[in-house]
Amino acid sequence: MTLLLIILIPLLGTLLAPAAAVRGRMGAAVMAGALTATALALLFTLAPRVFGGETIVVSWAWMADLGLYFSLRLDGLGLLFALLILGIGLLVILYAAYYLSPKDSMPKFFSYMMLFMGAMLGVVLSENLILLLMFWELTSLSSFLLVSYWRHRADARQGARMALAVTGGGGLCLLAGILLLGEIVGSYELSVVLVSAELIQSHDLYTPALILILLGAFTKSAQFPFHFWLPHAMAAPTPVSAYLHSATMVKAGVFLLARLHPALAGSDLWFYLVTGAGLTTLVFAAYVALFKHDLKGLLAYSTISHLGLITLLFGFGTPLAAVAGVFHIINHATFKASLFMAAGIIDHEAGTRDMRRLNGLFKYMPYTALLAMVAAASMAGVPLLNGFLSKEMFFVETLHLQRFGDWAWLIPVLATVAGIFAVGYSLRFIHDVFFNGEPKDLPQIPHEPPRWMKVPVEILVVLCLLVGMLPAFTVGPLLATAAGGVLQAPLPEYSLAIWHGFNTALMMSIIALIGGGLFYLLRHKLFDLHGRLLPNEFGAKQIFDILVKAVVDLSRAITRLLENGSLQRYMALLVGSAIVVGVYAALQHGAMSFDMSASSMPVNAVSVTASIALIVAALATVLFHRHRLPTLLMLGVVGLFVSLAFVYFSAPDLALTQLSVEVVTIILLLLALHFLPQESQPESSSARRLRDALLAGTAGLGIAALTWAILTAPFETLSGYYLEQSVPGGGGKNVVNVILVDFRGFDTFGEITVLAIAAIGIHALLYNLFVNPNPAGPHGWATSRPPLLLSVICRPLLPLALLVALYLMLRGHNAPGGGFIAGLVAGVALVMQYLASGLDWTNARMKIDYFKVIAAGLAIALATGVASWFFAHPFMTTTFTHVHWPVVGEFEVASAMVFDLGVFLTVVGITMLILAELGKLSGAVKQGGGR
Amino acid sequence: MEALIALAIGVLVACGIYMMLRARTMDVVIGLTLLSYAVNLFLFASGRLTNNAAALISPDAAAYADPLPQALVLTAIVIGFGMTAFLVVLAIRAFGDLGNDHVDGEGRK
Repeated sequence: MTLLLIILIPLLGTLLAPAAAVRGRMGAAVMAGALTATALALLFTLAPRVFGGETIVVSWAWMADLGLYFSLRLDGLGLLFALLILGIGLLVILYAAYYLSPKDSMPKFFSYMMLFMGAMLGVVLSENLILLLMFWELTSLSSFLLVSYWRHRADARQGARMALAVTGGGGLCLLAGILLLGEIVGSYELSVVLVSAELIQSHDLYTPALILILLGAFTKSAQFPFHFWLPHAMAAPTPVSAYLHSATMVKAGVFLLARLHPALAGSDLWFYLVTGAGLTTLVFAAYVALFKHDLKGLLAYSTISHLGLITLLFGFGTPLAAVAGVFHIINHATFKASLFMAAGIIDHEAGTRDMRRLNGLFKYMPYTALLAMVAAASMAGVPLLNGFLSKEMFFVETLHLQRFGDWAWLIPVLATVAGIFAVGYSLRFIHDVFFNGEPKDLPQIPHEPPRWMKVPVEILVVLCLLVGMLPAFTVGPLLATAAGGVLQAPLPEYSLAIWHGFNTALMMSIIALIGGGLFYLLRHKLFDLHGRLLPNEFGAKQIFDILVKAVVDLSRAITRLLENGSLQRYMALLVGSAIVVGVYAALQHGAMSFDMSASSMPVNAVSVTASIALIVAALATVLFHRHRLPTLLMLGVVGLFVSLAFVYFSAPDLALTQLSVEVVTIILLLLALHFLPQESQPESSSARRLRDALLAGTAGLGIAALTWAILTAPFETLSGYYLEQSVPGGGGKNVVNVILVDFRGFDTFGEITVLAIAAIGIHALLYNLFVNPNPAGPHGWATSRPPLLLSVICRPLLPLALLVALYLMLRGHNAPGGGFIAGLVAGVALVMQYLASGLDWTNARMKIDYFKVIAAGLAIALATGVASWFFAHPFMTTTFTHVHWPVVGEFEVASAMVFDLGVFLTVVGITMLILAELGKLSGAVKQGGGR
Repeated sequence: MEALIALAIGVLVACGIYMMLRARTMDVVIGLTLLSYAVNLFLFASGRLTNNAAALISPDAAAYADPLPQALVLTAIVIGFGMTAFLVVLAIRAFGDLGNDHVDGEGRK
């Protein structure tokens, strides 16, 4: 639980820090600092157990089926990283409070900062790999926010975007890798994964899993060739660089290497990939760092180089190398964080970071200079400082490597070369900035920074000295615990002494120091040479930019092709793709079988005639479509024949529904025609028409073939249950209706709700709409009087029709009928009044609020469902009983019939609302026109 | 008979899709109506074709038509009406606001 709090407290700070800012400018910083200190104190309460060799694991099931647990783990490695994150985080918060200018928003900064801190703690304390990945992505996102903190600056935005693209892309690779790993092991829990090395490394999926995971680690830790984002992320405020780009985020990659070391390391593939990337990065970045004029640029490349060193050590795969790697993680975090802070102080006080202008600052800020010099010396690997110790261990390891065979000498030589470069750029950092003459036209006269801005640097530099001089007493236990956490095995023998006698490693250090000194003396000539050999910096950034541009151009082209704003084209693409997918599926599963003998029903003259009539009417609809009135009539004919088909094939309910819907639809379309052009303009070219005909024809053929194949295939249905249970379970003989209102009542409830929503949508669409109806036209039908005969007949017909509707509804449970059909019939009867007697006459007599009818219908349907709760049954359980009514006889009364009443009312309301709204529209227009 | 129904459904689909590919809103509505006839028939036919076997329980019925697709299609017909109505009104609104009835809202070229 404490473990959870350690992560949650900083995450909480994301909200609390800005909230505290109402109490003045420093409020956010104080709150962030207090929360960080609390989390650190909690960590200290757990630390003794970890030092005692315990691994603390807590777990909550999250989505256990997917192997996802919210499980946390604190072992030596996690403890070390949590200490770095919280400890250096605390120092950075203090530093940032003085670094940020009054123009910069403190709440925003500390909010992002706490978010990042929580995410980072999540990464290092996760036991579940998927959980780890989630926090990993959160670090990418929060670092994006931090790097782009000065969002008015283009370089900050670009740098942040590049960092997000590279590390986020790496995160996706990592996700894939972790999924493969989980597939191999059968669990995402580290405690299982870490002891499954043999299983993992002998598995076929080991290679892809390893490569994907390494891609994640290398992008995060800025390993060559993914290093280029880190220098551009230097556009961030310096506290961010000191925190993210020295101690925490970029260390997440090497953390991952260390974390999965027991499971993945040791194979040849691991060795070559990891040492290869590490070695290249180490030497290459150290070389580039030499020639940077920007202080932070130098530090950025130096960081890349040191990350390469750590990666290289983990690549060796030996226990001793892992110990050295952990040791260098600690040392690099301390000296590099202090160097970044010192660089920030210089920038802050002198107004520039350009080493060609910064000279002789020792005079102006001797105290800061001293601190920076100690830290830089540690970076160079000068004895008595912590950087020296881990570098010595590194040199020793390079000498003991057997794996390269005849090429074994290469690694120590390259390591020494990188050491020379490191001494060279460290010297440059010290000498160019603090000595080397006088400053050149600085924007302001530099002076010592505020007291508290130096305190974090002092603390870190003192640590460098203490660790460097008394390693066994200071860092010894922590290193042993952390290395134990990495190896998950007993530690190898190693000694933390400063003096190991004159050995090859010491010689390498001496060569590096002397070589670096020489290099610095000759720097002017070398700068010239470098300038001549590599005049243009054509590097990974340019390739990245070209790639990004290519991707953007490609997506633009695809968008233009597919999404040109024409719905017509979308429709054609949609149909085309459906055809392609359908044909593909048909080919995949073999040709569809057409068993002619399975055809059960004989063809007779009536069915042939009806089919031909249907087909002819459908074709006529298309052929005459430019003239809309005949088209609608043809459409009505199609609908009638579809109803007849339902009658013929034993579906009386469907036939009734189709028939009444047909009437309502045609009335609706005719009404619409009143407002829309009565003829379609000839819009399409003949090529377009041919294309559409081909598409439509192919689709029709496909569906016809599919239908035939289905109809002649062997038949199995699950309807037996409904047929058996209809009477005993639902109390109704009409199975279709019983399914609708009882078995699948909940679906029906959903459907009438959808209808109600459609009606409300129609109401909204027609609100405040002004259209000019078609002029009277050749037929003059828009303004003509209703025929007298029709209105006379229709008026007495209304009560009769309503009675029929009632009858249909009541008998619906046992005979064709039911709420839907009754509702439509009643709707048609009411609409007939509008048609026969005109709008004004009918409106004056039918003052019904159809919204209330719909609402009542829905409420009744819902109430019958809810009622079953009161009888301790699940939602929409129905009941029925037999009633004997004189004259009518015995019949069942089912609660489902009440539900059907709800359906009835909703359908009536909706039909009337839709038609009446349209009708009202024409009325409104008429009045408007009259004015 | 099965082949005949398949043919009819195919023709309805072809006519419906052709109409939906037209540029005028009313034509699209008509196309959609034709297509929903086809879809309803298709769903209904997936329960196989039977004569004189309505799914009304009675002691002397020899066989019953499959009631499940029928129940599905019944609601589909009603929902289809709701959709058609919505589309029609959308078309009217578009015509009122844009001054033409092209699906892409463009004027006559």
